Amino acid sequence: MTEAILKITDLQTHFFTDNGEIPAVDGVSITVNKGEVVGIVGESGCGKSVTSLSIMQLVPSPPGKIVGGAIQYKGEDLLTASKKRIKDIRGNEISMIFQEPMTSLDPLFTIGNQIREAIRIHQKISKKEASRKSIEMLKLVGIPRAEEVMNDYPHQLSGGMRQRVMIAIAMACEPEILIADEPTTALDVTIQAQILDLMKKLNKEKNTAILMITHDLGVVADICDRVIVMYAGQVVEEGTTREILKDPSHPYTKGLIRSIPKLHEKDQKLYSIPGTVPKPKLGVVGCRFKDRCEFAHDRCFSDSPELFSLGNSRHSRCFLIDDPERKVAQDAAANIGSQ
Amino acid sequence: MQQPILEVNNLKKYFDIRGGVFGKKVGEVKAVDDVSFSVNPGEILGIVGESGCGKSTTGKSILRLIEPSDGEVKFEGQDITKLNAESMRKLRRDMQIIFQDPYASLNPRHTVEKIISEPLLIHGMSKQERKSRVKELLEVVGLSSYHASRYPHQFSGGQRQRIGIARALANNPKLIICDEPVSALDVSVQSQILNLMEGLRDQFNLTYIFIAHDLSVVKHISDRVGVMYLGRLVELTDKDSLYDDPKHPYTKALLSAVPLPDPDIEKERIILEGDVPSPSNPPTGCAFHTRCPMAMEICKNIRPNFEQVEVNHFVACHLYNGAEQ
Repeated sequence: MTEAILKITDLQTHFFTDNGEIPAVDGVSITVNKGEVVGIVGESGCGKSVTSLSIMQLVPSPPGKIVGGAIQYKGEDLLTASKKRIKDIRGNEISMIFQEPMTSLDPLFTIGNQIREAIRIHQKISKKEASRKSIEMLKLVGIPRAEEVMNDYPHQLSGGMRQRVMIAIAMACEPEILIADEPTTALDVTIQAQILDLMKKLNKEKNTAILMITHDLGVVADICDRVIVMYAGQVVEEGTTREILKDPSHPYTKGLIRSIPKLHEKDQKLYSIPGTVPKPKLGVVGCRFKDRCEFAHDRCFSDSPELFSLGNSRHSRCFLIDDPERKVAQDAAANIGSQ
Repeated sequence: MQQPILEVNNLKKYFDIRGGVFGKKVGEVKAVDDVSFSVNPGEILGIVGESGCGKSTTGKSILRLIEPSDGEVKFEGQDITKLNAESMRKLRRDMQIIFQDPYASLNPRHTVEKIISEPLLIHGMSKQERKSRVKELLEVVGLSSYHASRYPHQFSGGQRQRIGIARALANNPKLIICDEPVSALDVSVQSQILNLMEGLRDQFNLTYIFIAHDLSVVKHISDRVGVMYLGRLVELTDKDSLYDDPKHPYTKALLSAVPLPDPDIEKERIILEGDVPSPSNPPTGCAFHTRCPMAMEICKNIRPNFEQVEVNHFVACHLYNGAEQ
């Protein structure tokens, strides 16, 4: 049996702004097992980053506040834990890397200083020992001339190198979970390939679980075991990478996959989902995707769909799952559409 | 043979690096270094490359938004690098640009009507004509005429990019340079804009130079694709040969590095070592030899020529240039 190390249940993170309460994350449940790579995909504003920040309790407050739900790390509730305990866990057992490596590193301190700091906060070792370990980490993430880089400042490194340094800092204390928020979005494709390879290697060698937040389904196919698709603050579909990419069930996931231009396929007219992502707000009645969905029917406007189970760990938030007859009709229509 | 609408010959753009007490010139960045290509009417030419490869500088130099250091840009047979400011302004009616960041390229203090009608005003059109033209343009790009009185901040990213496109279309241009027009947009919005741009091309018989870093997007929209590395074109051909039969080792690596959204495709990934070298101090010989898995002795010293190795397939690499001789 796989062991769940991170379990998020019905998480509610709301922002309290001048324009009212905004439910950025509205009832999200995610489980990450030991050594697993889980992807969260979605477009901007779907709440994927806020979910990850909530786990680390880094949501800026005010205006943000976790108003409900539970986040359990190895059975321990993080939301009720003391500040000191959170500090112990953060960076030590759960660490995080961000999208923009330039703004995440302090420009005034050397690379060596910043890695040593992360190590010495969590481990009682001498400065010398910490330096030795830092160099070891830099070598692990594939930085050439690690000893010299220790004395460099962030601006002296390229984007890809900075992201490697970020990963070295995050991995320094050998965390159980690495949360990666769009780690390769700011990088070029050839550098992205290097970083993804590095993350795969770390996942295999150290058995670190990775929660990968991205908007790129290519990255998901490359690295993730399981995928969670988010839309407007909710999970709309969940399953293994193969299931989601090969046989998507929710109309949003289907539309998303059909609207990416594909390098390996011959030309065809690109599908596009009409309309734009709605702004999250309180008191939405019905399915959040209804206005853009070609299969929307009466029930989608009156009731909010739950996450229906499709067997195993597969879920989809769509009434069509609950209504086999309509589903058959939808599939027929989709077939005509694709022919 | 068709007369190309745009011909770029040996285009160069060097930026000076100044330093020291008197701001003496201490070096130069070769942002665009001897780039040549031509574009036929109605064609979409894609230019791809990683950050810093000079693709945007190439686009801006063609419009002389950045003054090129050397070389020729011929638009409909006329060399525009020698034109004076006045004639250049007149010519810009036919050549427009769409920028990457729809947030930064629209003046936040102007209404949409003012933004779109500004190019019309410069080229002399009465107020009444302008008003109806703005309405027409908004509808062409999929917005509504009541949007005219709104300000940019009231629109989403995709809508703002539509406004940018409407502005570019205002003077019925022949050529539009699209500098990363969809890279700031979400996937579902990106496909809307790509479809819109394809539709407009057919409707108004436009020619695009489509600059982007996303290979899948460029493949989708372009007829021919050029690949740039460190200020130089390394490969140029029609898109099917580029994607099915890439010749240059850099193109091969670039294509293999793109993660595909399909778990069944197992492909051999060529991982390039290291980073792109600095354009202020590019390697001698072939600029790619420091990272190239196929590098030979000759690559370190002699810069390969950009030559045709197959019909309409140009490559700058000693692997092919040698074989031909």
